[in-house]
Parts: sequence; C-alpha cells; structure tokens
Amino acid sequence: MSFIVFIGCLLCNAWAETPKTLKVWHAYRDAEAQVLEDILEQYDEQHSSISLEVLPVAYDAYASKLESAIPRNNGPDVFIYAHEKIGSWAEMGLIEPISLDTLTTANLSSVAVEAVQYNQTTYGAPMAVKSLVLYCNNDLVSKAPVNTDELFSLNETLPNGVSTLAYPATDAYFHMPWLFGFGGGFFDKEGNSTFESPANADSLDFMKSMDTAGLLPKEPDAALSTHLFNNGQAAMTISGPWFLSSIDSTIDFSIHPLPIISATGKPAQPLLTVESAFISRFSTQKQEASALVKHLIGLDSATKRALEAGQIVPNEQAWENPTLQEDPILLAFKAQMLNSIPTPNIPTMTAVWEPMARAVRRVHRGAMTGSQALEQAAIEFQIYTKPAPEPANPIPYVVLAFAGLCAGILWGWRQLQHWKKDIWESRTAYLYVAPAAIAMTLLTALPFVVGALVSLFAHNQGAFTFVGLANFFDIIFARDWSVTSSLSFYFTLMVTIGWTLGNLFLHVGIGLALAMLLREPWLRFRGFYRVLLIVPWAIPNYITALIWKGMFHQQFGAINGLLQSLGLEPVSWFAQFSTSFAANLITNTWLGFPFMMVVSLGALQSIPRDLEDAASVDGAGGWQRFWHITLPLLKPALLPAVVLGSVWTFNMFNVIYLVSAGEPDSSTDILISDAYRWAFSRGNRYGYASAYAVLIFFILFGYSKLGNRIAGRKTI
Amino acid sequence: MNNAPSIAKQILWHTLLMLTCLVVLYPTLWVLKMAFTPSQAFTMSPNPWPTTVSLENFWVLISGDDPSTPNFDGEWQFLRQFWNSAFIAFLTTIVGMVFSCTAAYGMSRFRFPGKEAGMSFFLITQMFPGVVMAIPLYILMDTLGLLNSAFGLALAYSSTAVPFCTWNLKGYFDTIPKDLEDAARIDGASQWVIFTQIVLPLSKPALAVTALFSFMTAWNEFILAATFLSDANAYTLPVVLQSYIGDFETQWGLFAAGAIVASTPVMILFFVLQKNLVEGLTAGSVKG
Repeated sequence: MSFIVFIGCLLCNAWAETPKTLKVWHAYRDAEAQVLEDILEQYDEQHSSISLEVLPVAYDAYASKLESAIPRNNGPDVFIYAHEKIGSWAEMGLIEPISLDTLTTANLSSVAVEAVQYNQTTYGAPMAVKSLVLYCNNDLVSKAPVNTDELFSLNETLPNGVSTLAYPATDAYFHMPWLFGFGGGFFDKEGNSTFESPANADSLDFMKSMDTAGLLPKEPDAALSTHLFNNGQAAMTISGPWFLSSIDSTIDFSIHPLPIISATGKPAQPLLTVESAFISRFSTQKQEASALVKHLIGLDSATKRALEAGQIVPNEQAWENPTLQEDPILLAFKAQMLNSIPTPNIPTMTAVWEPMARAVRRVHRGAMTGSQALEQAAIEFQIYTKPAPEPANPIPYVVLAFAGLCAGILWGWRQLQHWKKDIWESRTAYLYVAPAAIAMTLLTALPFVVGALVSLFAHNQGAFTFVGLANFFDIIFARDWSVTSSLSFYFTLMVTIGWTLGNLFLHVGIGLALAMLLREPWLRFRGFYRVLLIVPWAIPNYITALIWKGMFHQQFGAINGLLQSLGLEPVSWFAQFSTSFAANLITNTWLGFPFMMVVSLGALQSIPRDLEDAASVDGAGGWQRFWHITLPLLKPALLPAVVLGSVWTFNMFNVIYLVSAGEPDSSTDILISDAYRWAFSRGNRYGYASAYAVLIFFILFGYSKLGNRIAGRKTI
Repeated sequence: MNNAPSIAKQILWHTLLMLTCLVVLYPTLWVLKMAFTPSQAFTMSPNPWPTTVSLENFWVLISGDDPSTPNFDGEWQFLRQFWNSAFIAFLTTIVGMVFSCTAAYGMSRFRFPGKEAGMSFFLITQMFPGVVMAIPLYILMDTLGLLNSAFGLALAYSSTAVPFCTWNLKGYFDTIPKDLEDAARIDGASQWVIFTQIVLPLSKPALAVTALFSFMTAWNEFILAATFLSDANAYTLPVVLQSYIGDFETQWGLFAAGAIVASTPVMILFFVLQKNLVEGLTAGSVKG
C-alpha cells in the first residue's frame, strides 16, 4: 500500500515539474500557417515554464468545434479567428476580455481596435486584417481607374472578349464596397435595421448598370473571376490578399485601392476582417495565455508575419520596417485597410447575409430593381431576427411528458407480461440483435432526443428560453411566409419531395440498368467497367459537385458548349427554378447511381439465373422477363437500399448547397438546408432549426408508414 | 452459365458501357487537371485536358511539406494520417459488419416480440437530421471518454452504417432457402455454426456491398473527425483534405491531388471485393 502512495507522490512531483501546456488552435494554411508555427515554436523554446500544443483545424469545422469544445473544457487556451464572431461568443461566454495593457503596447491601428470591441469591451487581439482590393492586369489597363466613371470609360477601350471587371458580383460580401461607397449600411446608431435605405438601393442599381453596360462576365463567381483574370480575359478583378497565390505567374498585375463612387464622391469601402487572437474563458492559464497573445500581436511577430507570409498587420510600428515600406502590394492593402469598414461583430449580423445575398441576385438577374429587392430583404431580415416568442409555462409540458412516460412504462410492462414466454424463448434472437440495437440507441437515438428537445426552446444571443410548441406553430401555420413563398415550409416540402422522387427514380433506374449490363458472365473487362463506374462515389463530392456547377456555367460551361454544338441556345441554368432544379438533380444522379449499381449487382446475385433462363426458353422477351421475373425476385434484396436511399436523399443537401445554392431565390432549397440556415445563418435560431429537424423526422416517419401500406407488408 | 451471345450483342454491350464510362468520367477529368496543374486555382476552362503536367501537388501532399499540417516532431505526417484513416475505416468496417451481420441474422431467422419494431427503429435512426445531433453526440462522446480516440470515431461511424448494412443483409439472408439450415440442424449443427459456416459464406455479395459501404462511411467523413479529434497526430486524411478549404479560398490543386489519393484505395478495395459481388448463390451449392 505504502508503495502505491510512494509511486503516486512521484507522479505528483513529476506532474508539478512539467511545464504548463498551453493549447493554441488556428485555421491558417500555407505560408501563414508556416510562419505562425515558427513564431510559436520559438516562443515555446524561449519559455521553459510553458509548452505549446498547436492544432491546425479545418476552417469548415472550426467554429462548431470551438463552440462544442470550449464549454466542455476541451478547447484551446488561445485561438485565432476572424473578429466577426465576437458578439456571439461574448454572449455565449466563450471568450475572455483582453486587457488593455496587452493591446496598447502593440501600437494597433484604430480601425482594427474598433473591430474587436463589443459592448465597450475588448475581446480580441488583432493580428492581421483582410479586405478586398482592386487587381489590375497591367497589359490591359495602363492606369487603374480612380473612380467609377473611369471604370465605365475603360470598358469602351478594351478588346472584345475581355471583361472589364470580373468579380463575384452576386456575392453579398463582394457587393459591400459599393454599398458603403454609396453611403449605405445595415444598422443605424441605435442598432435598427436600415436595409431599405436609398443608398443601399442605389448601390444595387449601380451593380446592375455595370452588368448592363457589359463590364461584368456572365454568372460571375470567384472561380470564374480567377479563371478569366489568369487567362488575360479580365482586365480587373476584386479580391483579397488570398488571391495573390492564385495568380498565374504569366500575368503582370498591380494592386490598387477600390475606386471612388463618382455619384457620391466617396471611396468604395470594403468590409474589414480582423483576424484576432482570443483567450478562452475556460482557460485555466489566462496569465500565460495573455502573455502569449501579447507576443503574437507584438512588433517581432507582426513584422515576421508581414515579411514572410505577406500578412497585412495592424501593428503600426511594424510598417516602419524598410522592406515593408517598399512593398507596393502590402502598401496597397494597407491603404485599403485605412479606408474600410470593420464587419459588424454583433450577433444579428449573421442574419444580414442571406437576405442581402438574395437581394443582390434578384437585382443582378434583372428580376427586381434595387429598392424592390431591398424591400423584400428587409422583410426577410425582420423575420429572421424577430424576438423570441413569449416564454411558455413548462409545467403542463412536464406533467404531460411524465404522464406519457408512465403510460409508456405501463404499456411496456404489460407487453412484457403478455410476451413473457415468447421473449424468454427468443433469447438467442435478442442476443443476436442486442449489440447493434444498443449501439444505435446510444449513439443515434439518444443524441436525437436531446437535440429534439431544443425545439421547445428559443435561442436568442446565447440564451435559451422555454417556449413550448411555439416554434412548431410558427412553421406549421406558415406565420412568417405565405404558403406559396419559396421560403415557406410547404413550398420547400414540395421541392424536397420532388427532389427525393426524382433522384430515387434516376438512381435506381440507372443503377439497375448498369447492373443488368454488368452482371453477364461472358462480358469481358466487366471488373474494369465496374471500377470505372464507381469513381463518382469514390471521389470526395465537394470537388466534383463544384466541377458540375462549373459545367453548368452559362458562358464557359461544358454543357452549354455541348448544347451550342448541337445548334441549341445556351441555357442560364440557375436563373429559373426548373433548370436549376435539373442541374441539382443531374449532379446528384451522377454522384448517387454508383451506390445503387453496386447494391443492385449484389442483389441480382440472389436470383437464381435458371428461373430467368427458363422464362427465356418459354419465349418471354427481354423486357417481359425483367418486369415479371427479375424485378419481383429482386425486390426483397433491393428494397432496403431504395427505402434508405430515399431517406438519405431527403436529407442530402450538400449538392444543393454547392451547385444551385438555392438559386433562384432559395426556391431549390430543401427542408434540411433550411434547418441548417436557421441554425447557422439566420441569427443562430437553434430552437427553430431543431423544430425543422423534428418535422423532417415526422414526415419521413409518416412516409415509411405509408410505404408499409403500399408495399402491403409490415415492415417498410 | 450462359454461353457468349452473338458478336453483335457483345459489341452493343461494350459500346453502351464505354459511352456510359465516358459520360461518367468526363467531369473527373477536371479533378485530374487541377491535381496535375501546379496552381491552386479552380479550373473553369471548357477544356478538361491538363496543359501542363506536374507532380508538385502530389509531392506537397505526400511529403507533408505543407505547413497547414503540423510538423513539430518531424514525422512523416502523410503516412500517419493515411494510416489513421485506414485504421479507422477498417475498424468501422469490422465493428459495423459484426453488429449488422448478427442483427440481420437475428431479424431474418427468428420470430420474436418487437422484431418489426426493431427493424423500423433501424430505419428510423436514418431519419434523424444530423443538424440537431452534432452537439449532443459531442457531449456523449466526451462523457464516454471517446472524444479523441480512433475507436470512438469508428463507433460513431459504424452506428451510421449499421442500419443500411442490417437492412441490406437481412434482405439478402431472407432469400437464402431455409431448407439448407434445416438440413444442417438435423446434422446437429448449432445456430451459431449455421450462421457462420453456411449463411455467411452464401451471402458474399451482400457482405461485399455492406463492407464497401461501411468502409466508405468512415473513409470520406470529415465533420465528426475534425470536431472530435484534437490531436494533429490523430487526424485522418479527409480532415487534412478539408483543411485546404479556407475561409476565403481553397487550395484546389492540393485538394484535387488529395481527392485522387483518397479515392484510389476505395477503387482498389472495390476491385478486390467485386469478385464477391458476382459469385453469390449461383456459384454455390443451392442452385435453383
């Protein structure tokens, strides 16, 4: 016993002497990640009392990982993130205020310091800023346009086939410089929405006038802009510092501040993203964390980051470095920083983007004028940010839940009594089923029940209030939208059903047809064909879905190229519901048929070939044989995949998100993408999102019951 | 087995299949193009053929000469991440197959109270939208102490794969004639022996499908992996791939190269498994 205590003491001592571990998370890539890790490594070596543990996190999962990990004490002590989340995270209690002493020694630009304030408190330490600037191809533009009049007149002088300004005009973020240049904005001093301001409308009409005058390429997005700029087919583009690494080495380019809006005389002002270091409120080593943050924004670190990774640092002193003084690219970015607007960090800002993006697209498409589109956007914004419903009294719900639980237990007990003998006799069967059943209950049913309970709450800026079934009533009684609006639950439900049926038909049809072709034993190279045909399933669909989106491009897409070579008119695929829906469907069919093909190949083996052969001897034709013999025999082995496939498709939104992105006007969105939007881009309305998820569950549940009836069986 | 049909039919078959392959593979040419072009831009050109061929992206990916993957200890990160992925996918396949084979056999061969409800339950779990489950699942994994472990991830993945696998296997088991088992039972074989020695070997096609499915469930998943794993040495390949997608911009060249590297083992696995897809009942002892 004393031996164990002795060992224990040894361990304790060893524990006390090991340096304190400080966890640092970031989502940088490439040169930025390299220089950050160099700085951290050096810091680690110089400070023997602490040891740094650095984790790069994929950006896509970063925010949700932070939000899950920090409150469970699994998070980092220090992490680097854009300042936009400060409001939400301060409300959620995830981040610690930064002491003024930490900031003042770093000589920060006031615009960056302003960005990290929320409710008069400083929450982040600004490390680097990012904003949009104007990129010019020097071979096409001899002098960068100073104002928008010059921009328009430049358009006259450029050769045919060259776009004057290729930038993602339909992206709300890229529209912001114009909007602020016209004097627009989203909130007044009291924080009220100013969506419908004439300045905002003017900025949208201005963007449309650029399109009408032929300055912009068709269906401009970031990928197309890069492509055109790199091929000398675009004189200018608008992008941020991240674009530098994408520019082809053959292009002679220069960087300039965005032009002055001739109509107002004000410069176009982009949004400023301030990448900042944060200290977790749950960190147990805030002093050490503070010291590290101070070092990260300090002169040495800032200079090194600017020199080696080309970061635009808000540390004024760092800019006295002679090399930086002579860098025209960095200086242009710095000039733009001083003429930019920090992205508002209040939580409601997340609800601005989606209505704004729709407004920009509506105007770009020519469906509405600026003021009409903003009228719509203002309504949408109001709905997204409307105050939570009245708190409900939880007691009736608790009583009801308790009564339900009692009834359930009673029912279960009686069943148990009734089947007692059978249950005991079937103990072997239960043993077979138990492992899977237990795993499923624990890992899927339990999390779902917990998640579903959230639907009874309303989430507003970090606080949950119990509202009973109010979220469900809002959705079911279509309180926010008219039923025919493309944002209403019922419209989206219809689209979702169409999406599911269309996919199912095509996946099974094509998959089964190919399986029929590929099962013939006399067929040579069939293994080879099979492997080639599962390629769409094997490649991560993030990249292939975006390639399909590119193939549907109006001007440069392969599909319109094919249509034109057949003498048909090119189609603007994402401008109307039917073709946009079709584009999603085609992409998802391409992605989904290999799975059905593989399942069908397996299922076809369950059919004795003799039966089919016998039918063929009896003179049944190929089609008859398939329809009357093969298909019915195939049903039991294929049905699970069909039923599950339809359930998956119902909830499969990444293709929609990546290909049509809901265009036009969110009409091609499906229910699950709405649930995601409520959770992440409409002011974090988790309760509402959860209510959507619960409704989706009930719809699918009803579908499977309906399926039972139709199939005339008990299961399925 | 059929004898080979007429030459005309064979030619028709091959033409059909070749055309399909062309259409199916056409979009993937852009993946190849992006992977072999030493630029990080997304290729929008109508021409899918690479104009320059360079292995730079593959080299950066495989040598780990890329700073967004940590290199503190100077290890060969790529190999490590590849191994993590393979290990987790393999574990998922094993766990998923064990769970689903036993469950499917129980569902197929026994009648017991709650069987229909059980089958429905497996189906129902597939209807739970992931959006509400992420945080509760995180808390659960944390409570169980499985947050930063390969086993925890494999368990989460196999619970995603089990319902399909069970349903699919059950559907297949149902088509195996019971006479065979009865004969074995008369010979004194236990249920377990019948299951492992007779039913499973006869179900190779369905087993191949479920194995491939379980493997794929784990192999390409990144959201759970990126959220649960907080140790760069435990990262899987999809997490690394996903880290090429940034806030503002994506390193497409590296992503495409990674996509090709990640999909190759899947195709090899399928090539190995597909023989089983075509030697099912007809090749076995129960013809007719």
